[in-house]
Amino acid sequence: MKFWVGAAVVAAGFVAMAALVNYEYFFFAGYTVLMFVVLATAWNILGGYAGYVNFGTPAFFGVGAYSAAVLYKATAAPLVVQIALAAAMAGLLGFGAGLLTLRLRGIFFAIATIAVTVIMQTVFINWRYAGGATGLQLLRPEPIAPFESYIKMLFIVMGVAAIGSVALARYIERSWIGRGLRAIRDSEEAAEASGVPTLKLKLFACTLSGALMGVAGAPMPMYLSFIEPASTFNLNYAIGALASPMIGGTAHWLGPVIGAVLLSTLQQIVTVTVSSELNVLIVGVLLVLFVVLAPDGVVGLFRKFVKNR
Amino acid sequence: MNFTRRKVLGAVGAGAVAAALPRRKAFAQQGPIKIGMSMPQTGSLGAGGKAELVAIRMWVDDVNQKGGLLGRKVELIAYDDQTNPALTPGIYTKLLDVDKVDLLFAPYGTVPTAPIMPLVKQRGLLLMGNFSFQVNHTVKHDMWFNNLPAADAQSWFTGFFEQGQKAGAKSIAFLAADQEFAQNLANGAKGLADKAGMKSVYSQNYPPTTSDFSSLIRAVRAARPEMVFVCSYPNDSVAIVRAVNEIGVGPSVKLFGGGMVGLQFTPVMESLGSMLNGIVNYNSYVPGVKYPGIDEFFKRYQPKAAEEKVDPLGFYLPPFGYAMGQMLEQAVNGTKSIDQKKLAQYLHSNTMQTIVGPISFNKDGEWAQSRMLMIQFRGIADKNLEQWRQPGKQVVLYPSQYKTGEVVMPFDKARGK
Amino acid sequence: MGIPLDLLLEAVLFGILLGGFYAAVSMGLSVSFGLLDVPNVAHPAIMVFGSYCTYFVVGRFGLDPIVAGLALTPLFFLLGMAVYRFYYETFERRGGREAGVRGIAFFFGVALVIEVGLILAFGVDQRMVDAPYIGKSVELFDDIRIPTRTMMAFGVAVVLTIALTLYMSKTFTGRAIKAVAQDEPALRLMGANPVRIKQWAFGIATATSVLAGAMLIVVGPVEPGMDREYIGRTFAVVVLAGLGSMTGTVAAGLVLGISESIVLIHPDLGASWAPAVSFILLLVILGVRPQGLFGR
Repeated sequence: MKFWVGAAVVAAGFVAMAALVNYEYFFFAGYTVLMFVVLATAWNILGGYAGYVNFGTPAFFGVGAYSAAVLYKATAAPLVVQIALAAAMAGLLGFGAGLLTLRLRGIFFAIATIAVTVIMQTVFINWRYAGGATGLQLLRPEPIAPFESYIKMLFIVMGVAAIGSVALARYIERSWIGRGLRAIRDSEEAAEASGVPTLKLKLFACTLSGALMGVAGAPMPMYLSFIEPASTFNLNYAIGALASPMIGGTAHWLGPVIGAVLLSTLQQIVTVTVSSELNVLIVGVLLVLFVVLAPDGVVGLFRKFVKNR
Repeated sequence: MNFTRRKVLGAVGAGAVAAALPRRKAFAQQGPIKIGMSMPQTGSLGAGGKAELVAIRMWVDDVNQKGGLLGRKVELIAYDDQTNPALTPGIYTKLLDVDKVDLLFAPYGTVPTAPIMPLVKQRGLLLMGNFSFQVNHTVKHDMWFNNLPAADAQSWFTGFFEQGQKAGAKSIAFLAADQEFAQNLANGAKGLADKAGMKSVYSQNYPPTTSDFSSLIRAVRAARPEMVFVCSYPNDSVAIVRAVNEIGVGPSVKLFGGGMVGLQFTPVMESLGSMLNGIVNYNSYVPGVKYPGIDEFFKRYQPKAAEEKVDPLGFYLPPFGYAMGQMLEQAVNGTKSIDQKKLAQYLHSNTMQTIVGPISFNKDGEWAQSRMLMIQFRGIADKNLEQWRQPGKQVVLYPSQYKTGEVVMPFDKARGK
Repeated sequence: MGIPLDLLLEAVLFGILLGGFYAAVSMGLSVSFGLLDVPNVAHPAIMVFGSYCTYFVVGRFGLDPIVAGLALTPLFFLLGMAVYRFYYETFERRGGREAGVRGIAFFFGVALVIEVGLILAFGVDQRMVDAPYIGKSVELFDDIRIPTRTMMAFGVAVVLTIALTLYMSKTFTGRAIKAVAQDEPALRLMGANPVRIKQWAFGIATATSVLAGAMLIVVGPVEPGMDREYIGRTFAVVVLAGLGSMTGTVAAGLVLGISESIVLIHPDLGASWAPAVSFILLLVILGVRPQGLFGR
């Protein structure tokens, strides 16, 4: 109950911002932060709960973005439909990746996801209708009432996606699904032996995680009015999605949220202030520091602090 | 209660941004005129972007020494976009909404620029384009002025195909990187080849991550083309030039080159040295082309570049960055205003005088008269930085008013083999 | 297929040389990941770091790049030992449920730090070296010309493979390293300290990566972000090879090199499919035969 009140307050906060704040920059930056919240939450469902490291975030993100762009080019379908298709396509790819977990564990799964990313990028480079290597410029339609600007609309859409994916992750974490996934992480053999339907659970986690990443990618073509393979399948998305839960904490649904907000806000600030390579350095240093010194992330530190008091 | 923390963090972030903004003393009472831009300083276009930024800062200093624009000091705010198009919309709204800049320069390159076109169109803003390629194609913004010496891919390579036609070449091979910019250029070049009645005997797009070009060059040789047109990015350009020296493209080839990006950058030219001989390639400026004021510009740029460890000669991009500033300066002084509409009108209807020659714009906001040079590398020695300052090492073949020599063909002869 | 036979043969020849190069850059990973089970995703970053060190030494002392790479191996050996010791103390020893995930994340972070460190130290420009054998070729019969720089890379790969194979089978430490990979508790019973052996082996792996880095800058220009391309390639080779098999690594490198080289010239497939081909191959192998082509 408390969670839903909190979620409602946050949602109301987003709407209030859209109504009151006039700086468009706030929404551009906010959109990016929320997008990473979705990506990190999605990553954590598979990586944090089930212990399968996914380096292929760009593949799912990119398939989502391209599904939306191609659908828009073909039919000028509204954003909601684009997002739905993106979720379905990326979810399908996630299901495929889930089948790989039949045979592959640990680093082997991680390598397979790198391979999936390269293959997906190559497919879109060679698909002329989707713009091929030259990319596709899209003309953004007018925003739908009551929004007066498109970016505010995208901000609210991503806000809804973020709240939705966090709620999903929280539900999974607390239900038998989460318990099953944790059992898989601790020991897949033991889980299997004690009657956990490991394959079903893994497929579910992969599909959901992929679909949510697709949702995060779907509004990107409209955000940029442009899509192009090299930047869409950029490794930066993999870095952000993996580093945020590691920094925030993988055991609790709040971990990826804290990590993503912290990391992408920091990156936004660095981009518009010192403006240099520091951007990537921050991620690397924070990532190393946290996995070495605070294995349970910010959430873990916070818990330790509360316990010691 | 957990979620309020997120908002607090966001607010703290915004506060930190505001606090970190540069605050300087004003020139006149109205405060400075702020010009904002993002510039790739890391990522694939970082090397070029850094060098150009040195030149743009030189222009800012020069203007301020002359008393600023309209009596107001000029201030440049530039952020690094990491050659990442996902960052530029955020950066430009930040420049406009938070930094309250008065005028905009575009980032160097096409990909970082594309996402900000809808933004400037929607807000009715003047944007000085910066070596982007056909980025106004779908948006059609009438306050866009792109500083690139070719209006489209065809005018970019007219010189290359003119030489080929003169030599009576009938067949051509295409080799292009599977990458946004290279593909656009290659498509234009294919149009020119069709027009000239040349037969394409080989056409291949290669992935930018290719680590060895031996087999590709061998395949080009097997097709026995009379011309080879290459559209490549810096890393591949180096690898291709090396592979051509090793494998050879065969005696049938009269002309080789065209659109190889990277062969304009000093570190690349210096390390390839004599391997470049004979290649015909585009360039924006080479020593020997007489533009008023450009020699003086390089005299001041080169020591600065050495200090900042960017392209030490800077023939390719920096003078154009400086010229971009000069055009804005002329428009502001000409209209006595920084009103975006008036400036755009002025830029559309007047010819600008710059250190890269006179510039006027067509209705799409591209150069009305293309002036992309086609040059041939000749008599280059290994490991000699000084040679590049001399005219005649890069012989200008096109356009005719800047011509400094005749092309040497076939390719093998031009390489001195 | 539509490829003239002579062209195809030449493509295979170039592919063999390229494959030797791929094997050389994967050799270190074959030891660190294949034998020691350390998820060293920073391997390509360390290799690119090695390229830059080579570049620096070549520029400063005017050495040949391969000699420079060799001269740097002791330093990288020590670096590798230190990295492994740190990894062991923080992750392996603690063990625990999430050690695997965090270990991968750790090396991922290290790779990012190296990449940015290189940008800060050397800038974003690409760097290359000069050597008498770069940009030259050897003409075989019938107008077939072979670039000498890829021949050098191939040669180094062969020497490295022979040396490592001999070391692993003939010396005591080498056999201990293999034993660690197969049965750690047994080794402990024999009175050897597996951690010290692994540390030694990781040092060797890192020392070979500086040599691989020297090869990298001989074959083509390098830039700080280049490690990202090689994460996929090197892991593909090691997995294809079957973990820890040195001759398998060479064979897998050849498979990758030859298939890439043929796709590059294939008129119907189109060169732009080249990266996908090797990774589809990897996925198929992973799905059908996870122990690799030449696995134990």
